[in-house]
Amino acid sequence: MSRLDDYKGQTPAWCPGCGNFSILKTFKDTVVELGLEPHQFTIVSGIGQAAKFPHYLKCNTFNGLHGRTLPVATGIRLANHEMPVFAVAGDGDCYGEGGNHLIHTMRKNPNIKLFVHDNQVYGLTKGQASPTTQEGTVTKNLPFGVFSEQLNPMALAVALDCSFVARSFSGDQDHLKSMVKAAIDHKGFCLVDILQPCVSFNKINTHEWYKQRVYHLEPEYDPTDRVKAFERSLQWGDRIPIGIIYRNSRLSLEERIPIIHDMPLVKQSPDINKLGDLLKEFY
Amino acid sequence: MDYSIRIGGEAGQGIQTVGDTLSRVFARTGYHVFTHQDYESRIRGGHNFYQIRVADRPLSAARSRLDILVAFDLASMDNDAAFVAEQGRIIYDSAVLKQKFDGPTFRDVPFTALAVEHGGSRIMANTVAIGAVLGLLGMEMDILLRIISDTFQKKGEEVIKANISAAAAGYDFAVKDCGGCSFSMAARAEQKLLIAGIDAIGVGAVASDCKFYAAYPMTPSTGIMNYLAGKAQQYGIVVEQAEDEIAAINMALGASYAGVRAMTASSGGGFALMVEGLSLAAMTETPIVIGLGQRPGPATGFPTRTEQGELQFALYTAHGEFPRIIFAPGDPEQAMNLTNKAFDLSEKYQVPAFVIFDTYLADTQWTHAGLDLDKLVYTDYRLRADALNGLSEYKRHAYTDTGVSPMAVPGESRHVVVTDSDEHDEDGHIVEDAETRKKMVGKRLLKKMPLIQKEIEPPFFYGDAVADIVLVGWGSTYGVIKEAVYELSDRQKIAMLHFSQIFPFPGRDAFDYLALLGNAKKAICIEQNATGQFARLMRAETGFEFAAWINRYDGRPFTVEELVGELHVQIG
Ligand SMILES: Cc1ncc(C[n+]2csc(CCOP(=O)(O)OP(=O)(O)O)c2C)c(N)n1
Ligand code: SF4
Repeated sequence: MSRLDDYKGQTPAWCPGCGNFSILKTFKDTVVELGLEPHQFTIVSGIGQAAKFPHYLKCNTFNGLHGRTLPVATGIRLANHEMPVFAVAGDGDCYGEGGNHLIHTMRKNPNIKLFVHDNQVYGLTKGQASPTTQEGTVTKNLPFGVFSEQLNPMALAVALDCSFVARSFSGDQDHLKSMVKAAIDHKGFCLVDILQPCVSFNKINTHEWYKQRVYHLEPEYDPTDRVKAFERSLQWGDRIPIGIIYRNSRLSLEERIPIIHDMPLVKQSPDINKLGDLLKEFY
Repeated sequence: MDYSIRIGGEAGQGIQTVGDTLSRVFARTGYHVFTHQDYESRIRGGHNFYQIRVADRPLSAARSRLDILVAFDLASMDNDAAFVAEQGRIIYDSAVLKQKFDGPTFRDVPFTALAVEHGGSRIMANTVAIGAVLGLLGMEMDILLRIISDTFQKKGEEVIKANISAAAAGYDFAVKDCGGCSFSMAARAEQKLLIAGIDAIGVGAVASDCKFYAAYPMTPSTGIMNYLAGKAQQYGIVVEQAEDEIAAINMALGASYAGVRAMTASSGGGFALMVEGLSLAAMTETPIVIGLGQRPGPATGFPTRTEQGELQFALYTAHGEFPRIIFAPGDPEQAMNLTNKAFDLSEKYQVPAFVIFDTYLADTQWTHAGLDLDKLVYTDYRLRADALNGLSEYKRHAYTDTGVSPMAVPGESRHVVVTDSDEHDEDGHIVEDAETRKKMVGKRLLKKMPLIQKEIEPPFFYGDAVADIVLVGWGSTYGVIKEAVYELSDRQKIAMLHFSQIFPFPGRDAFDYLALLGNAKKAICIEQNATGQFARLMRAETGFEFAAWINRYDGRPFTVEELVGELHVQIG
């Protein structure tokens, strides 16, 4: 069994009061509760404040490039699908730079759990707009305000029939924990969008702002009804639902690849005897 | 004997089938074969050709002069007929071309009518043409019949029989019709292996235990993906078509980090997108093999034609300073061996390794007496469960004397494996301090470079040991330069140097190639690009300046006659 101590990583370089701290703490608590040990899973991340996450706990880590988290995670899963793979990204990282990868990873459906720290702003590069920034927000580099429509990751995911679509809030640790657990239990690609206040740069979507708006999806809500889910995914503003918005039971990418049915790729050792056949077709 | 046969026609007319079948017949009969193709970026129409050179001595390039032209379209008459030798033959079907051609070279063979009469369908016109070529050459039919049986095995006896009758009809027609033909095929030798450059890269990858391949389609690299996908089931390879080239290289890096050998490939435009990932491979010290199939650029350029325009791109692309390995094979045998060496060195030193080729090498088929898989190397350089469990401590980026850190497979022991695109410490965690930075650059770059350099073999030498003229080339011009040397050797003291292991640039301990160049009266650098990229690299690495160049950049490869012609201009 693992203990919280086993997960002690570097000291975070986040601003005091940042929503990332509670996500980190909740994640650690959850994996300890689940009995996962640091060497038993891998976290892949890109670049940004959120993406530094794996350094602040102990586990297998591939901290790659801005926006490229999901392709790396997919490669790891396909090479070793017995290893749980988590992906951690910021909203800029995942919905901006990595938008194309997100779309296609949802389509491919590898069994990866993606946690997006959605602070609706670029933190690490000091406060530029992200795809989830509210339209009209003025930033240093956008003096006339954001012209683009605010991206709705939940609606996008439901539209693409993403296998598991959930939202949580860093200020509600119990809820977040339940979402992390549900994602880990789910087989297939999971998008968990975590509303996370950035105390330094996002003066609109503050902790208080969220507190007044987020509500838990009612217990009788049926996340397998895609049309209803789409309706809920559109809800934003005065009331913001958190919980599992949508889920389905599509086959995962790994399950569809016959070559790795019986054994993960990484365990398949080369068979020198087979190589003799390789040149036959050229005679 | 040394014959060249060109099959010309529109895309979609099946000239590839005719060419492939004929070259297989020749190779199985024991002749030396060299084939190349010329095609446009379209699926139907246009004018394409498939050319086969067949001889009783080793071949490594195409000739301009044709002996037999199979003309499936009128454009073949306009474009290709001029190359046919006086004693040659042009066979065509006047019913299809709707035109008659007079003269002793032209032979009207009713491909379609014979196909309908003997095979029962016009589709077999191609089979009739194959039979007709063999008839003209006076070869026997037995090997063709066996190939037909194998090819149509799944379609049943009826189809096999029909094709055999169609082939025989074409054959008999040509034998009767070719009264004055001067063709004669020499005695048979042992059957030969016939392989294209792109497939040889694929063979090299499978034999090196490549287990993961991710790519996005782009000519001329797509053949590697097709080849490996065809071997996926038998050899346990996951082939993933990524959403773009950025994803492709990142997926391959993920798979490599997780513990399997991984490769990606593209052409220049796609590789441009991978550049960011190349840098990531370097910083995280994750092994990866990258196939770079050059075609004429910039941008989308000439999608189906050939150029050696991306050597400098492969050499200097990506941000930051790091070691890389670059191989540029000259023929399928080198392609297989160097792909294997790329996998081996990439993993041994944890650096990215390139196999650079071009459309020409990808498509050309060569005969080899055989390829020796036993010469290929396979060493697993990774720490797996047994080795790892014995360690009390593990650091992914630990400092070592060689700069090469032990590379563990995550999940195989209690040790965690951490790596980062940011500068990091021995544990793999982000750092900002100057001291660690200096040590890491020393480890990743400065310590490894000289060790990798020692693994690089000297250039290939062929020709007169005390040469007045030395021709220098790299990559796919190997074959045509070699034939030019062969052709000119009775008049000149001439030799060639061919570089296939390009970077780190070969040292001179084993072979002082600069002395050879220095002693020659003239050294000519021959490249299929406009700016002499290899010549520039050579000057940067050795200080040697070429006094003469031959550069071709029209998207077409040199034939033997064309290169010899250029050389006559330079050396008289
Ligand atoms: C290719 C590339 N482009 C840009 C950057 C600069 N950059 C670093 S982090 C970042 C945005 C981070 O925002 P987000 O993903 O929302 O994460 P946060 O810092 O808010 O957690 C950018 C643009 C980079 N590192 N790499
Ligand atoms: S900038 Fe914002 S997101 Fe980044 S650490 Fe500070 S508060 Fe958190």
